[in-house]
Amino acid sequence: MNRQPKAVALISGGLDSMLAVKVLQEQGVHVEGINFYTGFCVEGHTHAIRKSDQKKEKRNNALWVAEQLGIKLHIIDVIEEYKEVLTNPQYGYGANLNPCLDCKSFMVKKAREWMDENEFDFIFTGEVIGQRPMSQRKETMPIVAKQCGSDDRLLRPLCAKLLPETLPEREGWVDREKLLDFNGRSRKPQIALAAQFGFDEYAQPAGGCCFLTDQAYSAKLGDLWQQRGSKNYDLDDIMLLKVGRHIRPRDNFKVIVGREEGENNFMRGYRKQFTHMHATSHNGPLALIDGNVSREDLKLAAQIVARFTQGRDADSVQIEVNEKGNEIPFTLDVTPLRNDDIPKKWYI
Amino acid sequence: MATYTLDARRLLCPMPVIRAQNRIKTLAKGDVLEVICTDPGAKNDLPTWCRINGHAVIEIEAKDDEIIIKIAVGEE
Ligand code: SF4
Repeated sequence: MNRQPKAVALISGGLDSMLAVKVLQEQGVHVEGINFYTGFCVEGHTHAIRKSDQKKEKRNNALWVAEQLGIKLHIIDVIEEYKEVLTNPQYGYGANLNPCLDCKSFMVKKAREWMDENEFDFIFTGEVIGQRPMSQRKETMPIVAKQCGSDDRLLRPLCAKLLPETLPEREGWVDREKLLDFNGRSRKPQIALAAQFGFDEYAQPAGGCCFLTDQAYSAKLGDLWQQRGSKNYDLDDIMLLKVGRHIRPRDNFKVIVGREEGENNFMRGYRKQFTHMHATSHNGPLALIDGNVSREDLKLAAQIVARFTQGRDADSVQIEVNEKGNEIPFTLDVTPLRNDDIPKKWYI
Repeated sequence: MATYTLDARRLLCPMPVIRAQNRIKTLAKGDVLEVICTDPGAKNDLPTWCRINGHAVIEIEAKDDEIIIKIAVGEE
């Protein structure tokens, strides 16, 4: 090759992809980043929803990393395609509803398509053997590479020395000797390399890069699928799983109750799509009703919602109900359910 | 040179960035794209995305609950 080799990096926003990029930049490779948005990514939205999180700096770590490294970043919306990965993973789920192995294969495959379209030479990731329980074991790495037909053009600079030689190494686009042999769960080598590169600030993701590794979140998603009788979802569904208390008193519906002003604000955007209710006699949250409900169901929902208003100890709370598709609201006067009357198992 | 508008209201980051990115691909250097957002995160994310991809933010205006970010399209 008579020109500078071009590589596309899968950027998560964590330290590892940052180091991998720097390692290849030092070898004179032109690097651009790619980041896939599945709808479940931790980056971004929750900050926007919860008021309490708004004080923290809101930044997208993938963008931030790209800026630190001086590379372009392409963010790709894969929400639709990802549904197949999540609902039907060939290699199953991890500890929660995280289909990490299929997810990695999918992302490498998408990166490969991007690479071909944009005439780049190879793909690389910041993966380290043995770091995460499922997708980063030595035995599973070839699966990811083979599955997506990219084995020879997929480089893992942080552990390349422990893996078979790939095309970029054989072609001399990168010097294998200058790649690394990180292995296992210890973060010490990464932290040392970060210091050597002068990175003094970086994100240290705990657990995974998406909500699917979160137990509480996965429980809500599992409940959604179970009640619908199929593993369907759309972006609004999965956004709403991130906000509010989700309470399912009966199989046919659940109540989503805002926990604070930020969530209530966010949920207001969904009023057209859902039957919703709030107290008019006392201060209290907004609640959305998900499911097909009878008047009897609405009364029970109103009693639950009343429990989360300032009238929780009152004899009666007035709740305004706006049924989906019905312009004119009606009111219900209900006795708030007492704490003990809401069984634990109703909370999803 | 022309001015275009992108409605990214109610979208949460990084969707406003993705929409702006895809729209800008269809525009020419010097065009202006006004992105209307409601997610305050866009105030940070869009300018960062612009800096790393060679576009310039010319104005950020906050109106009620909306944030309007004006971007001058740069070289692709
Ligand atoms: S944690 Fe989420 S985004 Fe990361 S590999 Fe697993 S499923 Fe994919």
